[in-house]
Formats: sequence, structure tokens, C-alpha cells
Amino acid sequence: MPVKNFAGKQVKVDEEGFLLNPDDWTEEIASELASAEGIDELTDKHWKLLVFMREDYKENGKIPTIRRIKNNAGIPVKEIYSLFPDGPAKKAAKIAGLGKPEGCV
Amino acid sequence: MKKLVILGGGTAGTIMVNKLATVLDPSDWDITLVDEYETHYYQPGYLFIPFGIYTKEDVMKPKRDYFPTGINVIMSTIEGVRPKENKVELSNGKVLSYDYLIIATGSKIHPEETEGMNGDGWRQNIFDFYTVEGACALEKFFKTWEGGKLVIDIVEMPIKCPVAPLEFAFLADWWFTEQGIRNKVDIEFVTPLPGAFTKPIASKFLGKFLEKKNIHLTAEFNIGSVNSDKNKIVSWDEKEIDYDVLVTIPTNMGAEFIADSGMGDDINFIPTNPGTLQSKAYENIFVIGDATDLPSSKAGSVAHFEADILFENFIRATENRPLKADFDGHANCFIESGFGKGILIDFNYDVEPLPGKFPLPGIGPFSLLEETRMNHWGKMIFRWVYWNLLLKGAELPIEAQMNLAGKRRS
Repeated sequence: MPVKNFAGKQVKVDEEGFLLNPDDWTEEIASELASAEGIDELTDKHWKLLVFMREDYKENGKIPTIRRIKNNAGIPVKEIYSLFPDGPAKKAAKIAGLGKPEGCV
Repeated sequence: MKKLVILGGGTAGTIMVNKLATVLDPSDWDITLVDEYETHYYQPGYLFIPFGIYTKEDVMKPKRDYFPTGINVIMSTIEGVRPKENKVELSNGKVLSYDYLIIATGSKIHPEETEGMNGDGWRQNIFDFYTVEGACALEKFFKTWEGGKLVIDIVEMPIKCPVAPLEFAFLADWWFTEQGIRNKVDIEFVTPLPGAFTKPIASKFLGKFLEKKNIHLTAEFNIGSVNSDKNKIVSWDEKEIDYDVLVTIPTNMGAEFIADSGMGDDINFIPTNPGTLQSKAYENIFVIGDATDLPSSKAGSVAHFEADILFENFIRATENRPLKADFDGHANCFIESGFGKGILIDFNYDVEPLPGKFPLPGIGPFSLLEETRMNHWGKMIFRWVYWNLLLKGAELPIEAQMNLAGKRRS
């Protein structure tokens, strides 16, 4: 598995750059992941969503869906899309240091 | 007397009750099945109705014809389950108590989840084909439609039978060719997925089919609303697609009583152990078919494979033996590709659809991930298999677990 250097820390990631171990995540890593995804600055609104995702994941062992973020963190879907443009489910999970959300078939 | 209650008498519930009623001794067991509708619909047949291949009558049979004798059947909506008290509350006022509960209440479409979808345009030039009403309304519409832009849009995953929207696109291409107006019909396939399908090899294979049939693919489009005044669908990030007729696959959700009982996830599917099919929260509750939250397809073939595993585990549970985590997510889908041909895919949680022969390795008669006439006949014969063998819980010559023999990696 590839290893990536974030903020001076060696972290294991998958082929698409998702962190393999959510416990490796730090706020600095989040900022670096975000800028790699084209988000220059993580605002309070971004952090609210990221923190919710991480806590929900810790509790339920599942990466929350957009619907779950809307229902439980009270963030409108439109805002989620404007915070994390082009595929927020995947992008936010990546920046939150979680794995790639399961594709459902 | 032990009590087994089965909620839902669709594909999964009917198979389960038939399997269990033959082995559970009627002097020890009281079996009750609850469902709200008298009619069993052969849901794979909905796809064919808009194109005049099947009629409504072809896909309907009385549910009771498929239930075994000696069980109690209650026709009622379900108010809720009180899992801590082992009770089910029905809308007719009855309260059922159970020792074991099997939930097989499936999934349904919810067009009202998307803003503007079921407004003025609903069943005028916006249709679904996941209900018999929708499929019939679309058949009527297509009869006189002179052409224009047909948009097929998947709102969000998961959906029941994830290949059905593709089959619809392939059949539309065939049907409008037959009508002599294919040159007047633009077909656009719009999906939130990154490609035609989720699994990479099949996605590429099916994507090529779309291209070959001149069906335009728009991937990663997450619909936020429908503007039915202007005949447009609008994504959450404000991309727009025009349509003359919109065929939508709306949000799929589990039964509402599951939410009211506090047993579901955000779309009312029940957290279920992916191997054993036992509810994650309650030991004496099992879940089967579309009602689970499993990352397997929501499809009849999956319900059928799950039934074999659930049958075994149910018997084990009643005998206080450990459950077997044998369900592997196996799905087997015939994909109608138009012009009398079909494609077959066979896959599970871990192994994506691969090319090869099925069910007999090297022999077939069906070909995996390949378009053949034989696959089309498999699909058409399946309706007979469904009514006469599958629902009755008969053994089919296909293993519940996926077999890698006969499949090729490259």
C-alpha cells in the first residue's frame, strides 16, 4: 500500500489517496487533503460537516451518506454540494480521513 | 406453541414462508404472514410493459395462491414493531406477538423525495416504471409519442434492480427503431454513479453498449429538483438537463413502519448482518430481500439466494446452534439488451461480474458478460420459473453462493 507524506507525517493511503486508518487523521492532514481537492480554505461550515462525519463514523462504523448528514447534522444538501463541489460524499469522506464510501449495487 | 411472524408476502416473504411451512411442525409452530396487498406483482416484468411486450395481466397473480396451507394470512398495513416486547402492531388494531420475526417488506419508490418530481408533470411527461401504474401510464404515452428527448435518470443509489434502468434504455432504443422513429428520439442516460454501472468491468462493458446504441451517458449527476414547467432536471450543483419525457428512478426507501419502529437507517433499511441475515440489533429478528441495508443488489435473485441461507440460519436459531455467515452477496441478473438479445451477470460482495459460462462452467448454456440470444431466452423463461418454482421455494439448479468456476479474470 502506498504511503504519503502529510504535514511531516507518513500516512498509509489506498490507491486513490483515501486514508487507510482514520486514527492517522489530523486537522493539518485535512487541510492538505482539502487543498489537493481544490478547496483552499476549510471554513467553520466545512469543519462542522467533517467533525460530524468523523463522530458518526466512530459511533456507527459507517461513512454517513449525504442524506444522513442532512438529517443529523442539519446541513442542507445544497450547502453540502457547495462546500464540497463535484461529488461531496466521496470528497468529504476523503478529507475527513475516512475510507471510500461503499458503492451500492 | 412457538410463533413465527413474517412481515411482507412479496418475493422474499413468499419464498421463506413456503420453505419454512414444509419443515416447521404445525403442532409446534404458529406461522402468520402479514401483507397489505392481495396481488403479487412479478416486478421484473414492469420493464416490458411500456414497450407492449407484457400487459398488466401478465405480471399479476393472487398472493394467496402462493401461500402454503396451514398458515395464518392477515391482510393489513403494519403500524410498527415493538422489538423489545416481541410485538407487531397492525393498523387493523390487532397486536401480534412473536418468538421469531422475519421482515421482508421490501422497498418502494418515493418521487416526493425530489422537489418538483410528482407535481404537474407526474405521469404527464414524467414517469416511473417501478410501479404497475407507472409502467402502464408510460405504455400509453409511448403509443402516441412522436419523438423528442427521452431522459432516463437515477435519483440516488441504492435502487431496486440496479440494471433495470440500463435495460430500459436498451429496450427504448430497440422499440423506437421498430417504430421507425429512432432518428427522432434522443436518449440520454443520467446517473449519479461514475459510469453506466457500479462495478468497474461491467460498467465499462455496459458503457460501450450505450455508446454502440447511440445512448448518451451523463455520469455523476445528482438530481436536486425537477422543473416541470420548463421540462428540466437540475442537479444539486446547478447543472441542467432538458427533457421532453423524463423516465425517473426515484429514491428507494424501506417501509415507513420501520422508521416508526426506530429500526432503520436514514432510508428505512434495516441494519442486517451481511453473512447471517440476522438483524444487528435483535437476535430473534431476521431480515431478507430489499428490506436489508446490505451492499448487495436489491433484486429477486438476491432474495432467492438469501432465502437458502436464512432458512438454514432460522432452523439453527430455533435449535440454539450458532448461525452460519454464509451469505456472500450473490446476485444473478439477466440484462435485456434489445433486438432479442441479452447479457447475463453473476457477482457477489467481493467478486465483480466477470466473463465466462453459466451455470455450468465452460458449457453454459448462458454466457456471462456477453450479449447472446440464449441470454434473452433465459430472461423470458424466467417469468415461468418465478411463478412455478422460485416463489414456491423449489430448488433451482443454481447455488446460493457464487461460484468462481467458469469465470475468467481477463
